[in-house]
Amino acid sequence: MTSSPPPNAVEMKDIVIRFPGVLANDHVNLTLKHGEIHALLGENGAGKSTLMNALAGLYKPVSGVMKVHGEEVNFSSPKDAIAKGIGMVHQHFMLVPTQTVTENILLGLDEPKFFMDLAKYDQKIRDLQDQFGLRVDPTALIWQLSVGEQQRVEILKTLYRGADILIMDEPTAVLAPQEIDELMNTMRSMTEQGKSIIFISHKLNEVTAVADRLTVLRKGVATAEGIDVEGLTGEKLAELMVGRKVIFSVEKKAQEPGAVVLDVREVSAENNKGVRALNKLSLDVREGEILGIAGVAGNGQSELAEVITGMRGCEGSILINGEDVSNQEPSAAIARGVAHVPEDRTGVGSAPNMTITENTIMKNYREKPIGNKWSINFTEARSHARGLKDAYDILAPNVRTMARKLSGGNLQKVILAREITTNPKLMVAMQPTRGLDVGAIESIQRLLLAQREEGTAILLISEELDELLTLSDRIAVLHEGEVMGILDAENAEVKEIGLMMTGMKRSDS
Amino acid sequence: MNIEIILHAGLATGTILLFAAIGEIFAERSGILNLGVEGMMLLGAMAGFSTSLATGNAWVGLIVAMLAGGILSLAHGLVTIHFQADQVVSGLSLTFLGTGLALVLGEGLTGQHPPTIPIVDIPLLSQIPFLGPVLFSEHSLLVYVGYIFAPMAAYYVYKTRPGMHLRAVGEKPSAADTLGISVYGVRYFYTFVGGMLAGLAGATISLSVSPGWYSTQTTSGQGWIAVGLVIFAQWNPIRAAFGGYLFGMLRRFILDLQGPALLFGFANPLYVNSNYGFFLQMMPFVLTIIALVWGSRAATKKRLGAPAALGVPYIRGERGL
Repeated sequence: MTSSPPPNAVEMKDIVIRFPGVLANDHVNLTLKHGEIHALLGENGAGKSTLMNALAGLYKPVSGVMKVHGEEVNFSSPKDAIAKGIGMVHQHFMLVPTQTVTENILLGLDEPKFFMDLAKYDQKIRDLQDQFGLRVDPTALIWQLSVGEQQRVEILKTLYRGADILIMDEPTAVLAPQEIDELMNTMRSMTEQGKSIIFISHKLNEVTAVADRLTVLRKGVATAEGIDVEGLTGEKLAELMVGRKVIFSVEKKAQEPGAVVLDVREVSAENNKGVRALNKLSLDVREGEILGIAGVAGNGQSELAEVITGMRGCEGSILINGEDVSNQEPSAAIARGVAHVPEDRTGVGSAPNMTITENTIMKNYREKPIGNKWSINFTEARSHARGLKDAYDILAPNVRTMARKLSGGNLQKVILAREITTNPKLMVAMQPTRGLDVGAIESIQRLLLAQREEGTAILLISEELDELLTLSDRIAVLHEGEVMGILDAENAEVKEIGLMMTGMKRSDS
Repeated sequence: MNIEIILHAGLATGTILLFAAIGEIFAERSGILNLGVEGMMLLGAMAGFSTSLATGNAWVGLIVAMLAGGILSLAHGLVTIHFQADQVVSGLSLTFLGTGLALVLGEGLTGQHPPTIPIVDIPLLSQIPFLGPVLFSEHSLLVYVGYIFAPMAAYYVYKTRPGMHLRAVGEKPSAADTLGISVYGVRYFYTFVGGMLAGLAGATISLSVSPGWYSTQTTSGQGWIAVGLVIFAQWNPIRAAFGGYLFGMLRRFILDLQGPALLFGFANPLYVNSNYGFFLQMMPFVLTIIALVWGSRAATKKRLGAPAALGVPYIRGERGL
């Protein structure tokens, strides 16, 4: 132990990381001071996670120098990084669902040696929780925990290993607003106790709220290195991230909604684990209206989309233009004009190993001129696909390109193009912009609004509150399969939605 | 037909399934599905038999049988762990490879009589009425090893640090990897352990339960029953042991049904027409299929059972598991 610690916890210089065909990090510098929260910003695919995975010992840089506490390091495995006090809280939790909290924390450690006295370690972990105010039952199994609690386990895991440098990869993406506040308090209390934190995010307001300095990456290159957060505006940050000025709002025209298209009455359903996911849920969507569904992930959103589109059985009734479609095949919903933009783009929304043409005709292959009794006229199908490719600005070499070769945004456009050409009465869109870059988000949102103007009823399920507030006419908040309340999007407050997301019922509903 | 004999014989033949199924549980818990159990067992049976014949020592035979099964399993490990090939295809090929090797190398062994594993009574315990004769007398030493081995295996899987790492690698290899556990290392190790136990199971047949070398008839498909038993046991070694004994007793019961000329005072149709016996001998396999279907349904419902990463190759940096 030296009497005066070196000023920087981490120094990364000229880091270059290459994947087959991609330059993920191009001579990036990053300096983390002792006791600071350093934000790492960038769009999806900008190379943030890659850079941090190098610091956590998962990837090896092609070139560049990394120093931890002033000492040059060369990690060949995560174990080396852990030994140097670096802990990473991954975006996709690295927890074993079938093991307890304590077991997950003890994984990979040298102690206990062989026999495990779990009760003893449960107590150790409780003590650690007290120190940082991170409460979670050590004997609980991970799959029984909420997402917020799972995140606490991830943080505890790094603290238990004595980490003093924490990397948090988009920790807020999965949390409700109140949980985000709590997390930020935890982060502050950790820096007070001498920890240094790198905080990866693409949400500007969070960065300005909690970080001291920041580094911005765009397409693998740093566009800002360690600048002070104070005095920065959201516009400036967005420009650094995207490389051009960003218009934040898409325009929504004022219009009166028409007749009720979708009427969900007292619907209950179970999830895949056999646990009740929807509990006597009722809501309706009208023509030319977007009803946004807010809620923390896993509160019944997926199941709601599935019962409406006929992919899951349920109790209660689901009326589309007055006809009950509950407990029928998906084809019954399709026949009544239900379009579905599923959450899982590659598993449900498209067939990755089929071409754009084949993916675009999946709903109308039976109809003339594409379908002719038992045969498919591929000349017609291709010209249909080419038309859509131009109209929806799908970037691909040609319509024979495999769906799996498309970027997320372009794949989503293929799905939307297919669904919109069926002239839907109702569109169920789940997380339509998740994981897309800013440009693609904008065009997907525009397409949804255009559908609204066409008079389609739209059920928009999203975890992005900003998106819901911009696009929706009304917002229903789900918690544990129940509607906590339905608000007018124009007058809705984020704080109120946040409270409802954590289970507070709206008083006047 | 004698209940004591059925139970006694069931424990002996069940021990074969016990070793093979627990071996497969170790491999599958690490995420490696090895359908080559039948092949590894047959190779183990041959290697054990021929080594015992050559050295005059059945224990040396047992060790060589385990090594043979283990080494053969590493072929599966290399193909599926490093080269990320389909585990089902590789496992099936391993059965062919093991069977073929055993038949070629075992040429001429039929009819030989090498030393076998001694059969002993446990003092005192064998004196207990009914239980003594069934559980503790005139069994091969390997049967007693099985009694101890199953609970030890269960304790290892659920209560020790390496067991915890094993489960983590099979459930969520990425989590194990980020904490510095070598996913490939763990998978190779338990694939090898699974192969060794399959080899041991094979030698349990050829050097103990029904000594001799009868080419493919030596194992006669028990490797497949062991694979089904893993699902029936929901990847729990104790359940696998009980399942093994149950299957063993069932086999003996079916055999005994064909013996007497009269059954409950009527002419025994199985005695009159011995072809009916083949149908009955098929029943354990039908039961295996039923166990497979029922077990996997129950497992998905209750979230127990199959390790989440079973059959999925691990590639660092790929999303998902």
